[in-house]
Amino acid sequence: MIITINGKETTIPENPERSVDSLLEELDVSQRLYVTVELNGDILDRPAYETTPVNEGDVIEFLYFMGGGAQAC
Amino acid sequence: MLTESQIERYSRHIILKEVGGKGQQKLLDGKVLIIGAGGLGAPVALYLAAAGVGTIGIADADDVDLSNLQRQVIHFTADIGKSKVESAKEKMEAINPDVKVITYKEWVTAANISGMLADYDFIIDGTDNFAAKFLINDACVLAGKPYSHGGILQFVGQTITVLPGQSPCYRCLFPAPPPKDAIPTCSQAGVIGVLPGVIGSIQATEAGKFLLGKGKLLAGRFLLYESLDMKFRDVEIKRNSNCPICGENPTITEVKDELDALTVCDL
Repeated sequence: MIITINGKETTIPENPERSVDSLLEELDVSQRLYVTVELNGDILDRPAYETTPVNEGDVIEFLYFMGGGAQAC
Repeated sequence: MLTESQIERYSRHIILKEVGGKGQQKLLDGKVLIIGAGGLGAPVALYLAAAGVGTIGIADADDVDLSNLQRQVIHFTADIGKSKVESAKEKMEAINPDVKVITYKEWVTAANISGMLADYDFIIDGTDNFAAKFLINDACVLAGKPYSHGGILQFVGQTITVLPGQSPCYRCLFPAPPPKDAIPTCSQAGVIGVLPGVIGSIQATEAGKFLLGKGKLLAGRFLLYESLDMKFRDVEIKRNSNCPICGENPTITEVKDELDALTVCDL
């Protein structure tokens, strides 16, 4: 099936059991425990990662923590 | 009223129909607080001073270190060992004597941040750690102060402008800070020197647009920059009804230090 990940169309194997959480594992997404997932325009709550299925045509963004700049605390 | 020398100094602004003499006066009357005088804060401070933003606060407790100079372009080799805010102030005043620079040689904390940002129109997050980033978000959201978030790591950067109550905040995106040491810092993972120049310049653009009241701010859009592929993308973000600070049932009603994230900054 085809989904869009971070703006790129991506083909992943068919798997009706796949949740957002298992997709993170399957793709070995960095910051897997902390990454924010936006699914079709909505930010998912972390507890929903395990229960939300991934469907054909989904548009998914992985949004990462990024620091940088100057130390200020 | 602009003086003759100000009309000449700002002539390239004044001929822009979006700015003009009135807009330049808005910049001169504007007050921007830059938190962090490092990689992100450096271009923001230089450009806002050059642009004639009349009052610029700059907060950082750190001193200039040799390893800063690869990217923190406001500090020079001769400044090593000097306080970053003093070093920044000298350059900003040398660029433009119109600008009043107010220095805060301290780290932001729950105890000092609300008082610090009270006098400013727009805030720049130029910090490198999540304790400070969440603190800045919370203080700005609770005080209704617009601000620009910036983040950089290695070859990638991100930025978003937060208009409290109107557009998504940093906690809409990331409800809580990551645990200490979970995310690498620039000092651990590296950063290409020009990267904070790109992201900081965008943050400075947002501050200027806000003061002028012109254009469309980067609110509700998370801008991602990948320098190796030389690609910009903006991802539309909606406000999160479950956001712990600006959602329907906020659990955060006062600023507090994120102690679990604090120890990230043991550079």
